[in-house]
Amino acid sequence: MKNKSLVSINDYSKEEQLRILEVAQEFEKKPVQTILQDYVVASLFFEPSTRTRLSFESAVNRLGGKVIGFSEATNTSVKKGESLRDTILTIANYSDLIVMRNPVEGSARFASEISPVPIINAGDGANQHPTQTLLDLYSIQKTQGTLDNLHVALVGDLKYGRTVHSLVIAMCNFNTTFHLISPLELKLPSSVKMHIKEKNLSYFQYTEMNEVFSHADILYMTRIQRERFSDPLEFERIKNSYILHKDMIANTKDSFKVLHPLPRVNEIDIQVDSSEKAYYFEQALNGVYVRQALMALILGLR
Amino acid sequence: MGQIRKELKVSAIENGTVIDHIPASAVFQVIRILKLEAFGNMVLFATNLESKIFGTKGIIKVSNKNFEAEELNKISLVAPHASIIDIRDFEVISKKIVETPDQIIGIVKCFNPNCVTNVEQLATKFSVVDKEDIRLKCHYCEKITTRKTMEFR
Ligand SMILES: [Zn+2]
Repeated sequence: MKNKSLVSINDYSKEEQLRILEVAQEFEKKPVQTILQDYVVASLFFEPSTRTRLSFESAVNRLGGKVIGFSEATNTSVKKGESLRDTILTIANYSDLIVMRNPVEGSARFASEISPVPIINAGDGANQHPTQTLLDLYSIQKTQGTLDNLHVALVGDLKYGRTVHSLVIAMCNFNTTFHLISPLELKLPSSVKMHIKEKNLSYFQYTEMNEVFSHADILYMTRIQRERFSDPLEFERIKNSYILHKDMIANTKDSFKVLHPLPRVNEIDIQVDSSEKAYYFEQALNGVYVRQALMALILGLR
Repeated sequence: MGQIRKELKVSAIENGTVIDHIPASAVFQVIRILKLEAFGNMVLFATNLESKIFGTKGIIKVSNKNFEAEELNKISLVAPHASIIDIRDFEVISKKIVETPDQIIGIVKCFNPNCVTNVEQLATKFSVVDKEDIRLKCHYCEKITTRKTMEFR
């Protein structure tokens, strides 16, 4: 994986993804190290995403590395009209690795093709956000002891949610059974379902949150946004039916866990937080270990 | 015999390439894709000719020019059934049908306005995921451009 950019989760094979999860376990045991002390990581956030940026920067700092960059495009040369090509070529001179978030779709692929240093995509518009997928995989593996043969229920906006798409595609490597729960307007697109069908895996579609939870291992919640609906009345009609309440997970398996990419609005009632089945805050913490592992591997330090 | 007479509706060329069976509506697109506007030699074309297969069709004749297959295959996006006839001394030397390539570089615009290819200066690049119904997957934003949303650069 040395010097290999990560733009899209499929850039890495199943074996490479598993290797990252394995190395992440090491960093979970020992998160503070000095392996990055001679390294500079550029963190280029062309649009703000505090959560993702802090996770990356925390990962670098705990390994003794330095971070340079910006947290939004205002006050930078980008705002003055510099091309992405020029920005990347310039900043590559000052850094060993570039972490980039950019609202323009495909910008990370483009950057990876012109940059002399490897690129990690921290989100390119609605396209890809592969480190989120890696931390989701890590969280599933950690809580279930395996990634194989699980029942995964995904709830909410399955049409536009890029984290859902990447997670489904990644989980297709592990003989997963999918339970897809969404309003009709927000069903999983056929381009993603195609991956499930290619592997001959089972999937079930529902329009209501219901008893599927009793045989699910993982419940992956996402937010439904008003602006996704062509008919606002339709949103009003369904908005309360996709909220997870504590009593709904009462009869689930002992190992059952609720995941959410965060930030949450109201789709998980705060009463759920006190359940031992709520895992979304630990899930976010896992992001730091996974990002430490990814950077260590790309820089050839593991 | 019928074949030859039909081609004679547009004057014959001595040497060069005839592109036949172009959908009538795509003749000007083919001219653009092959950059014939900027071509120095004689180019003859006709459109809205009668055709048994298409109802109407167009034909283009380019003097003293033989195209690389790669160049010609690009026109399959708008003229999937076009035939390419090489002419030497007024004789047909070879005749073949265009093939849709696996990859398209340049020519087509990505339909996604938020794609990096529409923001930065770089060539578009697509893999052809469906050759029958032409579906192009953008190498950058990973979105699909279809015949309906296709525009040429
Ligand atoms: Zn594109």
